Amino acid sequence: MSPAPVILLGPQQAGGGHAGAVLRELGVTGPVALVTAGWQEREADDAALIAALGLPVVNLRLHARSEAVFAGDAPLTQAYKARQELLRHLQGFYRVRLDYIDDAARAISVRHVEPELLEQEWQVSVDLFRQIDSDHLERCRKIHAEFEDRWRLGERAIIARHRSEIAAVIGASAAVVIAGGHVASLLNRMKLFDVVGLAAGKPMVAWSAGAMVLTERIVLFHDYPPYGKAIAQVLDAGFGLAPGLVVLPDPLRRIRMDDTLGIARFAQRMAPSTCVAMGQGTQVVFEHGRILRASVDRLTTSGEVDRSWAGP
Amino acid sequence: MTIGRAIVELAAGPKTKEAVDAFFAGNSFPIVDGPRITFVWRGEAEAVHLKHWVFGLPSSQRLARVDGTDVWHLTFELPPESRVEYKLEVVRGGHGEWIQDPLNPNLARDPFGANSVAHGASYQVPEWIRPDPTAPAGRMDEIFFDSAVFGRRSVGIYLPARFRRTRRYPLLVVHDGHDYLRYASLGTVLDNLIARLEIPDMVVALTSSPDRLNEYASNERHGRFLTEDLVPHLERLFPVEPQPQARCLMGASFGAVASLSAAWQRPGFFGRLLLESGSFAFTDIGDRNHRGPLFDPIVAFINQFRANPMAVAERVFVTCGMYESLIYENRSLVPMLQSTGMDVRYVEVRDGHNWENWRDRLREGLSWLFPGPLLLVYE
Repeated sequence: MSPAPVILLGPQQAGGGHAGAVLRELGVTGPVALVTAGWQEREADDAALIAALGLPVVNLRLHARSEAVFAGDAPLTQAYKARQELLRHLQGFYRVRLDYIDDAARAISVRHVEPELLEQEWQVSVDLFRQIDSDHLERCRKIHAEFEDRWRLGERAIIARHRSEIAAVIGASAAVVIAGGHVASLLNRMKLFDVVGLAAGKPMVAWSAGAMVLTERIVLFHDYPPYGKAIAQVLDAGFGLAPGLVVLPDPLRRIRMDDTLGIARFAQRMAPSTCVAMGQGTQVVFEHGRILRASVDRLTTSGEVDRSWAGP
Repeated sequence: MTIGRAIVELAAGPKTKEAVDAFFAGNSFPIVDGPRITFVWRGEAEAVHLKHWVFGLPSSQRLARVDGTDVWHLTFELPPESRVEYKLEVVRGGHGEWIQDPLNPNLARDPFGANSVAHGASYQVPEWIRPDPTAPAGRMDEIFFDSAVFGRRSVGIYLPARFRRTRRYPLLVVHDGHDYLRYASLGTVLDNLIARLEIPDMVVALTSSPDRLNEYASNERHGRFLTEDLVPHLERLFPVEPQPQARCLMGASFGAVASLSAAWQRPGFFGRLLLESGSFAFTDIGDRNHRGPLFDPIVAFINQFRANPMAVAERVFVTCGMYESLIYENRSLVPMLQSTGMDVRYVEVRDGHNWENWRDRLREGLSWLFPGPLLLVYE
């Protein structure tokens, strides 16, 4: 585990002010390498963020680099797209299964039987969720591993060249900063160029989607989708730099914090990982793979919200 | 007869012009008082009738006159969240004239003109149908192409604001698309839902038929037009995903029949269907439906579907207003669709067979069929 701090933040007010303050607290004065690949085509619209960070910044432009790779390596691009399509299908099938487990849990929960029996059935439902979450994650991992084995990304000329350029930038940087955005897009670009590997030993500051990709499991969630209901779902494995944590950014807009049963079920489903709701101004600091300190809301398995959780 | 509270108070007070003027100045019309609605008209007439399209209520109801005034009124129960389109018929000299309610500024336009609209308690016009200056506007074009089935046809094309040739998009084909644009604010709705990440960027084809009652009534030629002419043509012109999951057919009324029928003709070609207030007439015995000969081909099709339901798409969103005569047909169809294993969502609302009902369901329907990146974007 990285001895350098890994600091996870909530959404940034005023473009990135909190991240800038955190970097200053770390004593970072030199240039930082910036990842805004989650912004996709808007990746280069980083002027406001750079101003808010208040430091010299080099944007790694991972999205633009990935476009160059896709334009320059046709066989890889074709295989990459096929992999992504397969992952999308699997995500869809997994969602269908989640819906059925949820429907079954709901149907059972209204049966007129002893509360103790319902309590047992609740646990069975949670276990079923945990099982298919785990199966889905394993399938994703297997697909990525097979893809890596087959295509050996680091050995492909165009990727090797970009990785070399990125390594040089990161090497000259005092820290790596990862902004939020589209979490799948960000994850894929960071994997493609092995950013986490190249940044080993550097402090990392990441927020929202950036924080999610540094955890072990990326969990998508939204309690207020326009179509009524969305069950939280595991997207994929993250980079594992923040182990034991499930990051849920922007809870004000996304989580029914007063839904005790919903929170309890979610936290039980994710246990033993700790689920943290990361609003503006929150943070979790890791060193050597352990939480050093935190200032964040924690969702508990009893359904309560532990406000201003400071860490274990 | 139920009489609204405001009318009771008016009738109990002085019948002076000033008092009546004060009544009109002090209320907005129609008067919604909890679950009751009171329609009011002022003027001299032999009779005044409320004309509406709420299935289950008499379609013409007489307004009563407040004695000693020129005020006419009618009160009935209107459940919360209802939306009702209506006109007033004013009878003078033995002749009835249908008019919009002069006291009500809410109008709903349709191909036949405009109706007045009454909103029940807690109904709110969705804010996402209004132009949002922060939502980039997509581009609308009209293209012409030569169909082997129907000859030269024009098709409206909506391209999202951030359209790029290097990306691949889902394709939504909308029956009566130009009417959806005019009467259901489809362009604005697409701009807003895309900007809010509730639906993905998508290419939308707006079709309109010069003979819709024939072509949309489960017409095999129309199905071929869609699957053999239009969609392949659009897939050549635009970077759309040539996958069932990325193809959606949508329509209202006969347009919903055309959508289901085309999907039935070529199962698996369209992965998504959005069916609004479908005219899914059927019979349980015999082949003649009370709706008339225009429905005969539809009855034949739906009877066939009911006898042998099959999965024709992956996800189907069905919606119908409770105040439509078609509610029975739609309610009957849903379990048939569900029995095939298709993922079906059915939404009923307190509304009628009209464009604003279909407009109000677009957000839920489109975002369920094509969830946008909302669950993937964490800024």
